[in-house]
Formats: sequence, C-alpha cells, structure tokens
Amino acid sequence: MKMIRYQILTVAGAIGLLLFASTSYAEVDVRARNLASHCAACHGTNGNNTGGMPVLAGMDKALFVSAMKDFKSGARPATVMHNHAKGYTDEEFGKLADFFAAQKR
Amino acid sequence: MSLDRRDFLKLGAAGMMVGAFPGCATSGGEIVGKKGQRVVIVGAGFGGATAAKYIRMWSGNKIEVVLIERNPTFISCPMSNTVLGGGRTISDLTHGYDTLKSKYGIEMVRGEVTAVDPQKQTVTLADGYLSYDRLIIAPGVDFMFDKIEGLNASVANESVLHAWKAGPQTTMLRKQLESMKDGGVFAISIPKAPYRCPPGPYERACQVAFYLKNNKPKSKVLILDANPDIVSKKGLFMAAWKELYPGMVEHRPNAEVRQVNVANKTLKTEFDDVKADVLNVIPPMKAGAVANMAGVVNVDNRWCGVDFLSYESKAQKNIHVIGDSVSAAMPKSGYTATSEAKICAAAIIELLQGGQPDPEPVIANTCYSMVSNKEAVHVAHVYRYNVEKKIMLPADGGGVSAARSEVEGTLANYWLKNIMGDVLL
Repeated sequence: MKMIRYQILTVAGAIGLLLFASTSYAEVDVRARNLASHCAACHGTNGNNTGGMPVLAGMDKALFVSAMKDFKSGARPATVMHNHAKGYTDEEFGKLADFFAAQKR
Repeated sequence: MSLDRRDFLKLGAAGMMVGAFPGCATSGGEIVGKKGQRVVIVGAGFGGATAAKYIRMWSGNKIEVVLIERNPTFISCPMSNTVLGGGRTISDLTHGYDTLKSKYGIEMVRGEVTAVDPQKQTVTLADGYLSYDRLIIAPGVDFMFDKIEGLNASVANESVLHAWKAGPQTTMLRKQLESMKDGGVFAISIPKAPYRCPPGPYERACQVAFYLKNNKPKSKVLILDANPDIVSKKGLFMAAWKELYPGMVEHRPNAEVRQVNVANKTLKTEFDDVKADVLNVIPPMKAGAVANMAGVVNVDNRWCGVDFLSYESKAQKNIHVIGDSVSAAMPKSGYTATSEAKICAAAIIELLQGGQPDPEPVIANTCYSMVSNKEAVHVAHVYRYNVEKKIMLPADGGGVSAARSEVEGTLANYWLKNIMGDVLL
C-alpha cells in the first residue's frame, strides 16, 4: 500500500514537473517562436513595437494569414512586405499567426 | 600606527576594485562568480546584446549571461550616415545598457578581453577572468590598415577617417565636410566585398551630396570603388545620384585605393592619383581581434566559419560567432547580426539542456538607406538553411524598393527605433 502511494506521488510529481516545464517551454512552439523573432527588428519583440509598423501581438490568426498570402501573391500592394512574404511557406504563415495571436499586447 | 605609502596604495587598489566590480573578491580572480550554466558574450553590439537578451528571455532567466563590452554606450551604425547629411547627431544614435541589466538580469562587465582559453573555457580581462559553458564572440569588424600604404590606426583616427564605426569619427567627418571649400572634392573609397554594410558607402555618398547641394553646390563626391560594380541597390542609388544630385556624384568601379598620401591629400589607385579635399577611406575589414584570440578565424585568414544551425565555430567547440565576423552569404548588417543572435541563442539553450538546435532555421533581413533627408530605399531578403549545402541561402522573393520614397524614409526611422527596442529594451 505504501509502495503504491509512493508511486502515485511520484507520478503526480512527474506530472507536476511536466506542467511546470510546459509553462516555460512545451506550450511555446519553439520553431514558431524562432521564426517570429526575425520579424522583431521592425515589428518589435514578440510583435509589440513603439510605432510605425503594425503591432502583430494579439493579431487575429485568419487576418494575419490572409494578409501574408496577399502580400505573397501581390494581391495586396506593399512597400516592403511582399519581399518578405514570398520567402515563407503557407505552413510557416500558420505558425507565425499562432505565435503572434498568443502574444499579449 | 600610520599607514605607509605601500599600504595606502594597496588599500586604494582594493577600494577601486570593489568599486569597479562589486562581488569581485580578489584581483585576478573570477570577475563575476559562476553559479549555474553560463554564457559569456564578448561584444554588446547588435549581435551580442540581442543574444544576451534572448538567452535570458527564452531560458526563463535560467542561464546566466555575462556581457562584456569595452564601450560605455551603444552607438548605432545604421542611420549614422545621416549625421553627415545633418539629419541626426551622434547623441541621437547613442543608447544605454541599463534595461538589459535591470529587466533581464544580464551581468555587464566593461573591459577589454586580452585572452581566450578554449580548453579551460575562460575569458581573461585586465582585472580577472570569466568562465563559461558557452562563449559567444560578437566583436564586429577590425580594419586592415596595413593593406593600404601610408595608412595606419593613428592616421585613420586623425585625418583620413573611415567613420565606419559610428562614434567620434562620424562627428569628425561631418566637421571635415563643413570645413571643405565650395568646389571641393569629397572622396569615399570602398574596399572589396565582403565588408560591413554593403549599401552603406553609397548611402554615404547620398548624404554627403545632400549636404553639399544645400551648402556647397559646386562641390563633388567621388566614389573610388574597389568592386567591379555597385555592390547593393545599384539602380536605386544611380537614380538618386542622377535625379537628386545631378552632376555631383561620380562612381568609379575597379578603383581600389592602394596608397594614401596624407600631406598631398592624394589617393593612389592602380591607374590614377586622385587629389581630394576630404579623404574618407573605408579600409578592408576582418573579424574583430577577439576572434583571433579564440582561434576561430578560419576563412581566408579574415573571417569565421560556423555551423549555421548553432553559429558554433567550426574551429573550436563551445565557442559561437555571430554578426559581421561570420563568413556567410548574408549581408553584414545590424539586422542580420540580430537574426543570427536569435538562432544562436535558441540553439545554445537547447544544447545546454541536452536538446538539438532547430534543424532548418529561417531568418530575415531588411536594410534601409536614406538617399536624402526624407527619402529612403530598401533591400529585403529571407534566408533559409540549405540542408545539402549546410549554409544559409536567399529564399524565394526578396528584392529592393520599386523606387525611393518618403514613405520608406518614415519606415526607416521607425525601423531604427524598433530594432533598438528589440536589442536593448
């Protein structure tokens, strides 16, 4: 009986550790985070900037993806963004959209 | 019971040490005590400062970061050509490191690295040493003055300025421009690529011409270019020179400056002797000196070859190199340095935790150039890791502005504000 309780505690502990770890790592898609970080020179750290460029933090996912696709196809005219959008895949647009939507403004 | 002179000096020295490095026990010892896993970064420019911030932010402050920098403040090289045109002063481009320390808990050590020991994993400064689990070298470029006869560090500091590291030289070059007579010649010499900031010299020609057009309209800008063609944004720069500064800017390709005569104010190329009123010689460049100390210079005896998944040196284990010192098919820009810093930061966090770096990194770069006081042009590219070649190559798309515009001039100013926020705040 004691043994079982210990095992249960160990399992609970492991779950606790996993949950703890998840708040800092597992919840964040590291690849999405890395991809998004290269937007920061213009759009700010985690999509928050002080002006001039659109704030991406908290942006609606569908809006982000459609804007990027339109920049890529040329349907939406751009000063700079068409040169960037053509370099990413649609899957990467989705990852970027998820990451920015989850960022606090 | 009086202190003799020797005792007094000892006390004084000890007092100064405590003042300079709180927490440092003895002179020659470890400058900041290492408690856990630690990354030491040499150089707090665009690359080094970004790596420091992102390692702290992405590791949840679990990895210690010590950032070594010899200068008291950060001065942005991007946009520093506008100091010549009159749009900015150097103080507008100068920033402090306070937020990196207070918000991210980065230990900053001011000083000059004198040695790196890749086996013991230590970095030595005048006052002691720092041990590391991973070292990041981000020193920017050093100049190869010896490649041009008659040029050396003191000549380059006093009369034949490069102003290719923003700071006192930038302001001095502006003063030389202001002192030039109307009808004079301002000569800019460009080294063979690769060099820091490919479009920078051509932007400089625009900024100098902007000043001259408004103040000394009979004067000329002469570009002596060691390269066979304009290296970056060719059509846009040629259009700006022709339309904004007609007859003022002359570009000579294949005109490598080989000799400087300070007394006669003459630059010698293979074919010509060129007399000018202001000599602005941008010398050939190589990786910063600390890269040599660390034994990571392994490309053409000038640059550092790295694994593009982690920016770990191909010559030394646990030593990473980012920014202008890296040999890569990407422009040596401040933006590129920040992008490399983030890939490196993410990889180091993974490696220190027993994980693997992102196997297919993608990075971006945008460079704006101010062609007048208000108008700018840009070049932008995404770079992807090529699994077969194991290098970063331009992705689909990418390109330059359709035409110069005031919109881009405004964007360029916001870009500077936002990248400084990403690096330092």
